[in-house]
Amino acid sequence: MKQIRIHGRGGQGVVTAAELTAISAFNDGHEAQAFPSFGVERTGAPIEAFARIDDKPIRTREHVYHPDILIVQDASVMTTVDVSHGCTEKTIAIINTSLPKNAIKLSIPEKNIFPIDATKIALDILGRNIVNTIILGAIAKSTKIITLDSIKKAVKQKFSAKGQELVDKNIKAVVKAYNL
Amino acid sequence: MPQKKSKRQILEGSQAIAQTINNIRPAVISAYPITPQTHIVEDLAKLKADGKAKYEYVRAESEFAAASIVEGASATGLRTYTATSSQGILLMAEVIYNIAGMRLPVVLTCANRGVSAPITIWNDHQDAMSIRDAGWIMFFAENHQEALEQHLLAYKIAEKKKIPAMVNIDGFVLTHTYEGVEVPSIAEIKKFLPDYKPKQGEYLDTAKPVTFGAFASPAYYMEIRHELHEDLRDCQNDILGEYENLKKLVPSAIKKSEDKALVNNGLIEYYGPKNPKVVLIAMGSLVGTVKDAVDHLNIRRNVKHYISNKSVGVLKIKTFRPFPAKSVLAVIKKAKYVAVIEKAVSLGATDAPLAMDIKAYAKNKIKTKIQSYIAGLGGRDITQKMISKIVTDVQNKDDKMKFVG
Amino acid sequence: MKITAQAGSTTKNKTGGWRTYIPVTDYNKCIGCGRCAKVCPENAVKMVLKNGKQKPMTDFDYCKGCGLCAVECPVKCIKMELDKK
Repeated sequence: MKQIRIHGRGGQGVVTAAELTAISAFNDGHEAQAFPSFGVERTGAPIEAFARIDDKPIRTREHVYHPDILIVQDASVMTTVDVSHGCTEKTIAIINTSLPKNAIKLSIPEKNIFPIDATKIALDILGRNIVNTIILGAIAKSTKIITLDSIKKAVKQKFSAKGQELVDKNIKAVVKAYNL
Repeated sequence: MPQKKSKRQILEGSQAIAQTINNIRPAVISAYPITPQTHIVEDLAKLKADGKAKYEYVRAESEFAAASIVEGASATGLRTYTATSSQGILLMAEVIYNIAGMRLPVVLTCANRGVSAPITIWNDHQDAMSIRDAGWIMFFAENHQEALEQHLLAYKIAEKKKIPAMVNIDGFVLTHTYEGVEVPSIAEIKKFLPDYKPKQGEYLDTAKPVTFGAFASPAYYMEIRHELHEDLRDCQNDILGEYENLKKLVPSAIKKSEDKALVNNGLIEYYGPKNPKVVLIAMGSLVGTVKDAVDHLNIRRNVKHYISNKSVGVLKIKTFRPFPAKSVLAVIKKAKYVAVIEKAVSLGATDAPLAMDIKAYAKNKIKTKIQSYIAGLGGRDITQKMISKIVTDVQNKDDKMKFVG
Repeated sequence: MKITAQAGSTTKNKTGGWRTYIPVTDYNKCIGCGRCAKVCPENAVKMVLKNGKQKPMTDFDYCKGCGLCAVECPVKCIKMELDKK
């Protein structure tokens, strides 16, 4: 089983990122689960969301305490939340930051840290600092647990009710992150 | 267009329930939004607004009103639905009792959440336990699929026995979780659950007027309550029977049985060895975590009182009211220790509600030690580690109720 | 356990981390009118005396980067720039 923990702030699409990860994995033929850590549902509050991917039905409902993949959608939460708690030497971390690798203070081996300036891509393509789809592209690139095609399909499933333009922009953002 | 054949897809729990309710074709839905029930009723309102549903969706000014609206609609002989949580069910409480007393087959989803004060929006079972004596059938679902299957059973039994039914799903843990699920189609559901057609005289009708909820003098009140009690107890047989029918008619609706489940029916599921030394009893989404914890126990050989996972079983109570006491006893009678793990507390009592039921029935019948554990109140995460600790603790001499976590 | 909350304790939750953009004020252009301080929804802008003139000071512990000050500034001396994180 692969376990994913996503940190960020309410309103940044953290929960949607976990859901899209699970939908993508399900599209790839895996069993998947995604759920939020139920923070107070208000913009700005630090929140967590989780996803699990496995080849057999997923029964456990506990939070993800030892993530295989750690995602930080907003680097500023790292000043108030110990995002790397429970991470192991094998944990892969994808951090949304404009800073270089060696400037990221995390108790994870540097080779496993993948910084990405997702905010810049989001502002360029989406016009808003909502980075979840960009992070998805980064997950597919650095971990291979989900495929680019399944992400595109998941984005369509999730956003089609909000219009074709939003779907197209988000797919463009995913591809941009994947090809970085 | 509603699809003819169901297929497995990944959905949020609330979404899966809303789609199922739409396919069940209620005539009237009324609800007042409350976290974490919100997504269910938002989805139902959206289905209606998008022209994909035929029900009347009545917006209410409070939960008291929502319950009253479905009560009234149900009394006119229509299939109805409502959903709520926490303070919402507390505000509905008076009507909840009335619906049962008037024998109206209302179906309600309770997205379980703790109760105030202090304010909590997170999951536990204290809301459901507050109305457990109201005369409703009460199901508790482990996952999305089971929640859907229980909604179908709820309507079937409610309309057959004229007793309302409540499906409890853990707030956030199920309502806000995405996982694989198969939503049975209208055509599939119709095979199991045909249109609701009560007989004239059983509903409000100007052609044949009747009165609901009338005054009952001491000469009658007790008989009427006694009958409701007996009929509710009797629902156990219907739940067992209809579960088998559902399995045959709409196999896609049923949660796939676990390989290690020795018993799996509409009332309970027992997962584990034939002759367990320890049985862990739980309800709702917690059961999944407990099953995984029990399966992992065999790699934690250094723990005190270590026993192989081959001697720990998990008993899931799917139907809490009517309480399946005999079925429970049949599973636990050979065990030495039973830990009842609950997300609820009966403040001031000796044990938590589910443990009380089990202990009361088991007294003088079996020698098994039964201990009450309270966990996960107000959304505290229940971890596999906590479950392992309970397996160890229940084998100690004391039998006091404990708060864990 | 204490069940009452201390009044005024919400300021313990610093909200500056929420912002994407940060306001940068050109003090040479600023006329010290104080409109930015009045419109700030977080009350994060205070007018202070600087070289004998009223100038706005933003408390970045609480500024969420909404940009209202920049929009309302009559001389357009506040620019919203991408915040480094």
